[in-house]
Amino acid sequence: MIVAKTGNEAMAYAMKQVNPDVVAAYPITPSTEIVQIFSGYAADGLVDTEYVAVESEHSAMSACIGASAAGARAMTATASQGLALMHEMLHIASGLRLPIVLCLASRSLSSPLNIHCDHSDSVASRDCGWIQIFSESSQEGYDSVVQAVKIAETAFLPVMVAIDGFILSHCMDRIEVLEDKQVQDFVGKLKPNFSLLDVDHPITVSPACLPDSYFEHKRAQAQGMNDVLPVIEKVSADFGRKFGRHWKTIEGYRTDDAEAVIVCMGSAVGTTRIAVDELRKQGKKVGMFKLRIFRPLIADVFKKELSRFKVVGVLDRVEGVSGYVTPLTTELRAALYDQPVKPMVPSYVYGLGGREFEPEDAVKVLEELLGFAKAGKARDEVAYVGVR
Amino acid sequence: MASIKALCKEPELFSCGHRACAGCGEALGVRQVLLAAQKPVVVVIPTGCMEIVSTLYPHTAWQVPVFHNAFENAAATLSGVEAAYKTFKRKGEITKDINFIAFGGDGGTYDIGFQALSGAVERGHRMLYVCTDNEAYMNTGVQRSSATPLGAHTTTSPAGDKVPGKVQWRKDIVEIMIAHDIPYAAQAAIHNWSDLANKVQKALSVNGPSFINLLVPCPLGWMYPSDKTVEQSKLAVDNCFWPLYECENGVYKVNYDPKDKKTPVVEWLKTQDRFRHLFKPGNEHLIEAFQREVDRRWQKLLGKVPKSA
Repeated sequence: MIVAKTGNEAMAYAMKQVNPDVVAAYPITPSTEIVQIFSGYAADGLVDTEYVAVESEHSAMSACIGASAAGARAMTATASQGLALMHEMLHIASGLRLPIVLCLASRSLSSPLNIHCDHSDSVASRDCGWIQIFSESSQEGYDSVVQAVKIAETAFLPVMVAIDGFILSHCMDRIEVLEDKQVQDFVGKLKPNFSLLDVDHPITVSPACLPDSYFEHKRAQAQGMNDVLPVIEKVSADFGRKFGRHWKTIEGYRTDDAEAVIVCMGSAVGTTRIAVDELRKQGKKVGMFKLRIFRPLIADVFKKELSRFKVVGVLDRVEGVSGYVTPLTTELRAALYDQPVKPMVPSYVYGLGGREFEPEDAVKVLEELLGFAKAGKARDEVAYVGVR
Repeated sequence: MASIKALCKEPELFSCGHRACAGCGEALGVRQVLLAAQKPVVVVIPTGCMEIVSTLYPHTAWQVPVFHNAFENAAATLSGVEAAYKTFKRKGEITKDINFIAFGGDGGTYDIGFQALSGAVERGHRMLYVCTDNEAYMNTGVQRSSATPLGAHTTTSPAGDKVPGKVQWRKDIVEIMIAHDIPYAAQAAIHNWSDLANKVQKALSVNGPSFINLLVPCPLGWMYPSDKTVEQSKLAVDNCFWPLYECENGVYKVNYDPKDKKTPVVEWLKTQDRFRHLFKPGNEHLIEAFQREVDRRWQKLLGKVPKSA
């Protein structure tokens, strides 16, 4: 069925079709509508969900963790400061291997306060042990929420699905939605490893671990993340086979003979695609890679896909404030470091706090990358696209 | 009415072999509450002494499902557990009746966990929240909390040359819970097992949130000999520092009124080294201030009890 929905509406609709046991959430711009719309579904009896209108995002994630430890399928939605307030609990959700799914409308972090899009919220959560899926469009956001449930409950790792705040969350788009039954059949029934409600088999969950055991628990958790990429790829492939929409871990666009490529995530992908087409018309050999999976860090995929280029420009919608280059640049450079032949990896920051990123901006970056390829030398320090 | 014979026949749900200090009031409190709880129970505990002494991997002292999440969110966590239970019950996937109990220390209840507690109570989750109140952050080595009484020495309200221990009175958490229009709130103490058991059973019978503030003396933090815990609890009740009372649907009832047996607080203060500095010459006014505040609060409480009761 084809419908007109905003990104938030699409994600809320996906949640309805998943029909989780518990949703605990707190409103925050720009993800408020997800919470609002879902509470409407609960009020109208369209879902079996117990909707818990908690008093903070910290409690939202705490309640999701409690519900998930009780064997329930638990979901939430948030953005920005909300995700930052959850930060402590994000670690506990993943440490307990609880398959919680979080819908994120990406937004900048204070200070200064700003409600518009960048990726500083999710990127600041990159070490929390959550799978992170970035979406180019609201369609992908919708599809990814459905996939995320299956991924989470197969790998027993929590998943956040990000759409760009306002740019996607508030823009009406053409969305192909599945039938409720298709979604239900795809996600199946959660088979938890344990439940606090199994009172005949009482267990102690999340005990204190001293230096003689903590390390082993974290090592095992790391293995869970190490092993998860095939799960993500299989779920995405199954989804594509069943419903005809294929979302790849990383997707090249006009890269075959490219001399310079951009790597980017989120809605900038569509913008950059236009820029690539413009320059291709002029005979310039440029291309783009859309990165969908930010966590796990797909280092082997980077090596395989990116090593052959002369220059790979990284567009990051976050500064990172590390005193060095941006977070994704650091990770790409690290992944490619041991390759015998490797590209130059210049770093670009764009779009902070919702600053518009236009095709002309992407054109400028691509032209600069071509210059680097020709000169055989790139800039070391970060370049800021569109900063005044 | 709970009888000691009946309680003795209940299975021990908090088993021996935990690592609590000798004389730990909190361990006594948890054991008694679980003995009084009749249906199957699921427990959430925040980070604190209880988590450390009872769940040290790979051992556990709990014969019921127990979940430790973080420090400030026991009530929010239990909200999620209870929400899951409601969904499963509605769908017919669970048929058993289960009681939900959170045990939080005064740090996890009065202070860092206060927001989560207030939220959970306002939302009306069916759960009993027991604050095991030992009047400071004992797990991290005795730091002040908003439950620490006036004048008490802790490591962050030290009795120094200029400042005589904690300069504020304690927060009245039970009144704050009552102000939420909670169906059942009570104050209890570990030496009075019968009163405590009755309160637990009443609390678990209400269809909504309930709260019990349980005094659990701590030999380490209060600095008294570890064989005096039960006596400490009794003294605090006899001098009306810790009145035993309850508020059921807004109606107050004092469960124990010592009347002419009410003892002066100084008799209690002098048994604990956390108050030792109050007995230095020149600090008499502090003990007098302590007594005045205990009396004022006791009278205020009596004034809330309906005349016919």
